[in-house]
Amino acid sequence: MEVTTAHYLVLSTLLLFIGTVGILTRRNIIVILMSVELILNAVNINLIAFSSALQQIHGQVFSIFVITDAAAEAAVGLGILIALFRNKETIHADEIDLLRW
Amino acid sequence: MDAILFSAADFHVLKPVILLCLFGCGILITDAFLIRNRADRWKNAIPALAAQVAVAASLVQHLGDVRSGGAFSGLNGSMQVDGFAVFFNWLFVLAASLAIVISARYMGAEGEHRGEFYALLLFAQAGMSVMAAGYDLVVLFIGLETMALSFYVLVGFLRDTRRSNEAALKYLILGAFSSGLLAYGFSILYGISGSTNLGEIAKAVAARSEGDLALFLALITCSVGLLFKIAAAPFHMWAPDVYEGAPTPVTAYVSVASKAASFALMLRIFLTAFESAAEAWMPLLGAIALVTMTIGNFAAVTQTNVKRMLAYSSIAHAGYILLGLVAGNETGLRGVAVYLLAYVFMNYGAFALVAALRREGEAAEDIDDFNGLYHRAPGYTILLAIFMLSLTGIPPLAGFYGKYFIFLAILREGYYLVAVFAAIYVAVSAFYYFRLIRACWLLEEGEQQKPAQLDMNFGTRAALVACALLTLLIGIYPQPFIDLAGESVLAALR
Repeated sequence: MEVTTAHYLVLSTLLLFIGTVGILTRRNIIVILMSVELILNAVNINLIAFSSALQQIHGQVFSIFVITDAAAEAAVGLGILIALFRNKETIHADEIDLLRW
Repeated sequence: MDAILFSAADFHVLKPVILLCLFGCGILITDAFLIRNRADRWKNAIPALAAQVAVAASLVQHLGDVRSGGAFSGLNGSMQVDGFAVFFNWLFVLAASLAIVISARYMGAEGEHRGEFYALLLFAQAGMSVMAAGYDLVVLFIGLETMALSFYVLVGFLRDTRRSNEAALKYLILGAFSSGLLAYGFSILYGISGSTNLGEIAKAVAARSEGDLALFLALITCSVGLLFKIAAAPFHMWAPDVYEGAPTPVTAYVSVASKAASFALMLRIFLTAFESAAEAWMPLLGAIALVTMTIGNFAAVTQTNVKRMLAYSSIAHAGYILLGLVAGNETGLRGVAVYLLAYVFMNYGAFALVAALRREGEAAEDIDDFNGLYHRAPGYTILLAIFMLSLTGIPPLAGFYGKYFIFLAILREGYYLVAVFAAIYVAVSAFYYFRLIRACWLLEEGEQQKPAQLDMNFGTRAALVACALLTLLIGIYPQPFIDLAGESVLAALR
């Protein structure tokens, strides 16, 4: 069976879905940050699939930027989480309750 | 085509962004190596203000060029300087200057006075500047993320305060999620059109048939991502927490500048890329605008914390501004621009007063803390009354004209029921804005309550007076501002 663009699109939609569910249901903030990464990787799969289907380089360039952004977001996110952990000793979303959600 | 990668014209287009980044890096370096006396609160604020002056100078150049020769683009068409971009850049300069001026005292009182703060303010502004002028999905995405990442850190800048930590974390998770959704929408738009240029995408979208699944998915993910950024219901949950937890000058900056930048991005995408699909998104955004106004106004009524109340009020304002886009006609877009301009001054004024109540060791952010303020600081309570009346939309103050144009626009399009609801909600909003005025003028401070004092310095005072004067000026003599706003937004409509 040949892998077509449609297959990649199904994969990326699934990843988007898994990531969204992860963000909404998980209580460990590290896992929530990983779910965000999943969504960004769904974007990357889309971009590269389209880029190869269209025989263009634009999509791949875009995906490099998305990867860079994901790295920056992870760095800032973990930094903020460490600052929180120093004050509160927890990484569980439901124990972060000073401000009402 | 690969002869010149970065020409003088490209430099001219990018000049505001380059200036902001250079000044930001400069502040980081001078703060680390050159500044000995850290107690001096203005040593970092003054270079940041100098950056605003430099950016303003290059914006004057841009405006002159746009007026004489029309819009011009750079970097292979990925940035476009037109009246729209210049107008929004002016908003960001105003918002950033006010934020810097207020911060000098506030961050000192918090004991977190660092160069990074001002550098991040400038980096966020650079991102917003790119969002306003970008004409390419990659550029817009990078601009958005530059802004958002700077804001995550700014919101969490009070590292030893748990509220600030929590606010930053919530902002980061929901912000990253919405950026991810938006990027997903962008990737599908790229797949549909084979280009990242908004003009090319608009052509490809127009060629698609109605009810196209890929287009629908792109529209939904882009809308959700953008609605998160402007804090429209049902994607507004982050706003009250972030506004409450963040340092007050940052709250003001997020609520004004980040909202304006996200609206700029939204207008650009919906009025170019999705223009031909307007029939699909207009009812959707209309419904969201109504829900946003309902939730924002009614939730604001129940709040006891002033920053939270202003957060819900800003959600409600986002609903009104969204109506301008839904109406989609010339008047509506003019209304969006006038509204955002007025919003800068009235909202900054309100937050500057809240920031002035903050002193070492006391938060003083509850509505009760304003009780009897009239006896202690009569002048400032008059200013507060001006800002609150303007936020309600009472003539002759700036806030009135934004609402006026938006109501006019939706009536012209025949959305009478929407207009009725919007008008009712103005009355609801009057309730909670007037509550603050009542606390200042009519109530006495409680027995055991320590009366909150306003702690002013020259910067806060100047910012307050400037905001109040401009709120009055736009209200009494609106014509030049309306012309400016109209001219700029119509450039994007072409």
